[in-house]
Amino acid sequence: MSARVANPVGAPPPRNNYLNATHGLSSWLLTLDHKRIGILYLISVSAFFLVGGIFAGLVRLELLTPEGDLVSGDVYNRLFTLHGVIMIFFFLIPSIPAVLGNFLIPIMIGAKDLAFPKLNLGSWYVYNLAGLFGIYAMLKGGVDTGWTFYAPFSTTFSNSYVVPTAVAGFIAGFSSIMTALNFIVTIHRMRAPGLTWFRLPLFIWSNYATALIILLGTPVLAITLLLLILERVAHIGIFDPALGGDPVLFQHMFWFYSHPAVYIMVLPSMGVVSELIAAFARKRVFGYKFVAFASIAIAVLGFLVWGHHMFTSGQSVYAATVFSVLTMLVAIPSAVKVFNWTATLHRGSISYDTPMLYALGFIGLFTIGGLTGVMLGTLGIDVHVHDTYFVVAHFHYIMVGGAILGYLGGLHYWWPKMTGRLYNRFWSQVSAIVVFVGFNLTFFPQFVLGFLGMPRRYWSYPPEFQVLNVLSTAGATILGVGLLLPLFYLLASLGKRGRWAGDNPWGATGLEWETSSPPPTHNFDQAPIVTHGPYEYERLHPTSTADDREPYGG
Amino acid sequence: MAAEHHGTLAHHFESYDQQREASSLGMWLFLVTEVMFFGGFFLAYIIYRSRWPQDFALASHHLDVTLGGINTVVLIASSLTMALAVRSAQLARRKATVLFLLFTLLFGLGFLGIKAAEYADKFEHHLVPGPGFEFHDEGSDPRHAEMFFNLYFGMTGLHAAHMVIGAGLVFWLMFPAWKGRFNAEYHNPVEVVGLYWHFVDIIWIFLFPLLYLIGFHLEG
Amino acid sequence: MSVHVEPVRVYVFVFLALMVGTGLTVFAAAFDLSASGIPFANDLLAMAIAVAKASLVVWFFMHVRHSTPLTKLVVVGALLWLVFMVALTLGDYDTRGLLGVPGK
Repeated sequence: MSARVANPVGAPPPRNNYLNATHGLSSWLLTLDHKRIGILYLISVSAFFLVGGIFAGLVRLELLTPEGDLVSGDVYNRLFTLHGVIMIFFFLIPSIPAVLGNFLIPIMIGAKDLAFPKLNLGSWYVYNLAGLFGIYAMLKGGVDTGWTFYAPFSTTFSNSYVVPTAVAGFIAGFSSIMTALNFIVTIHRMRAPGLTWFRLPLFIWSNYATALIILLGTPVLAITLLLLILERVAHIGIFDPALGGDPVLFQHMFWFYSHPAVYIMVLPSMGVVSELIAAFARKRVFGYKFVAFASIAIAVLGFLVWGHHMFTSGQSVYAATVFSVLTMLVAIPSAVKVFNWTATLHRGSISYDTPMLYALGFIGLFTIGGLTGVMLGTLGIDVHVHDTYFVVAHFHYIMVGGAILGYLGGLHYWWPKMTGRLYNRFWSQVSAIVVFVGFNLTFFPQFVLGFLGMPRRYWSYPPEFQVLNVLSTAGATILGVGLLLPLFYLLASLGKRGRWAGDNPWGATGLEWETSSPPPTHNFDQAPIVTHGPYEYERLHPTSTADDREPYGG
Repeated sequence: MAAEHHGTLAHHFESYDQQREASSLGMWLFLVTEVMFFGGFFLAYIIYRSRWPQDFALASHHLDVTLGGINTVVLIASSLTMALAVRSAQLARRKATVLFLLFTLLFGLGFLGIKAAEYADKFEHHLVPGPGFEFHDEGSDPRHAEMFFNLYFGMTGLHAAHMVIGAGLVFWLMFPAWKGRFNAEYHNPVEVVGLYWHFVDIIWIFLFPLLYLIGFHLEG
Repeated sequence: MSVHVEPVRVYVFVFLALMVGTGLTVFAAAFDLSASGIPFANDLLAMAIAVAKASLVVWFFMHVRHSTPLTKLVVVGALLWLVFMVALTLGDYDTRGLLGVPGK
């Protein structure tokens, strides 16, 4: 380990860091520095999040009243489709890997960069190219098939801009694959001396497992979208019932990717949560190896359960039964993680900084989402609630309550490292609580609505469902406020009155905290040599508690 | 290691070995995605072929086994020349590398030329899927024949698109090869393009019997 | 670690073996082997030959013979995932209609 003197909180960063090393737009647009590329992704991903959020707001606005009175049914179909497509492909899937993963992985393993820096920059441009196709489709009128693009509606009957949207998804897949490939090679081949697999931070294990899923699953989405495009454009009707084709085959191929995709979206957040719990309970993660292997187990088992999205599709009963049983299995490694995080918290020295608030929120909300997932995996229950708001509530508990809270927690944790600045503590905690309250108000009523029989993707509903819908829309408004607040205090931290973070404002372990904030372009002044595991709080700081950390203030 | 070689070692790698291993692993991981990509198409083939084996055999009978066979030989030959190109690059044999790359490229273009001729023939015989598709064989369902041709054009078309990209990569390699940039330490560009090329060959090794030969035993 | 250089004769032998395999697969396809009583006999033979040919390409032309254990794991992994996808999907198609209930 290098013997440099750490910069304390309040001290400005070294003169030459990755942010000011070079200047000008082209030094950013042509950068090969993984840290700058992470920032570029942060900007793109945030822009798409805003657009996806606006669509969600319009959906919830329509659902304030039972009648379809805000927009036509056709427009409503486009609103929820675009909300789904943008949130999944342009926000959730890239979010943690492309922003935090890109920034942190080389630093956490003691490397100077990822294995393929040009591929990394290329992945950002490919992502933006995909975005252009998506925006084009949106501006021309959007797509109305639902983000699942089921045939034969998508292949034959839809009059919307299916092809440009499918092209956008196809291209975005390439960006995803490029990032995943880079991560896998980097983690295998570029770890610092002494950094064995079981000394890696769990954030690395999670992103590694995520990269495996991306690599193995995304190509199947690609071929499915390609076949969809070929059917619309070139009469190559693989799914065309008129030729004897089977639309259920589309579903098999689509869900082979799209189920593992949900693990692409949540695994990185789990990795963040492991880091946050350790740092803010000042304790090593309980059962490190179990958590590490659980990530791999989720990645593997996640590929074997896709038929649980197709219980009512015409799939055979035997296949449905097999998929239901396998679905029970995939819940186990996720549960292992929740137990281990809880055990880590037990007798820890806990501080309630904003990242920890998000981590705690994750544990609770992910558990609810996960349990309702097990309910959905139970064949008999699913027949009743498939295609209802129960499903919508389930996956939003995972994707927002889980994945997004993990992303926000990670962003708040590593913001000082990435920018060298501390944000306003009070407003960040307020924001986390507002998000938590708003989220639950939005989505808990939807469990009830689904159980009572309100179908999803409908723009009108029976009047007896209105109260719950109004609660949900009220919640969405609060959630929106909570999600917009960071825009203000995070950007404010970058201004003249922002405080310097110093190397390690949280007093956390990890190679990223042993270099300056922001880090130098080559990450370390001296290449690190690792001699111990990732969360050695007891060994290195045997008597320290949360109170020993430097005061945050502000 | 000689000073003039340092331009080929990227700054974030510690050694040529690390760079070469990273580069190889990277291409192998990309090939994993290609296996799953083509795999989806093979899945569709398996499903429909097992539903309508007779109809598929009758449709397949319209493909030219001779041309398909020649293409198979040509592509395997191109894999040989590609492997020899990689070997020559390892041994820093500048002219041999360029020559073998050139042969690989020519074989590849030959393959594509024959493919184009086959496609043109199918077009003339109204076997291209779409409104103009016609299939009149006795005892066969023309809808299933059209599905066969969906798979034929889709899979060989996707394969051909990969060949075009491969040909482009092989052509692009000829420039640094001519300049003598490759040697025992640094030849990974040739190695990874070789891996890609061999993979595309392997896809054809499966496409040929599955598309061309399932109706070969039929009369006529 | 220096990279192993394969002798030319290895590549040429593999090429010749691939040629033999190609000829064999065409020859065998000319006969309807269903009379043998083995179901899908033609397909099994054609796939066996194709797998053998592909294995030669992977092992020799693609240098897996001299590759790291990680590379070998990657190759196995890709094939395994393909098997997952095909097997579980066929698990639906091959069991449809077994219950005798419409739509199941």
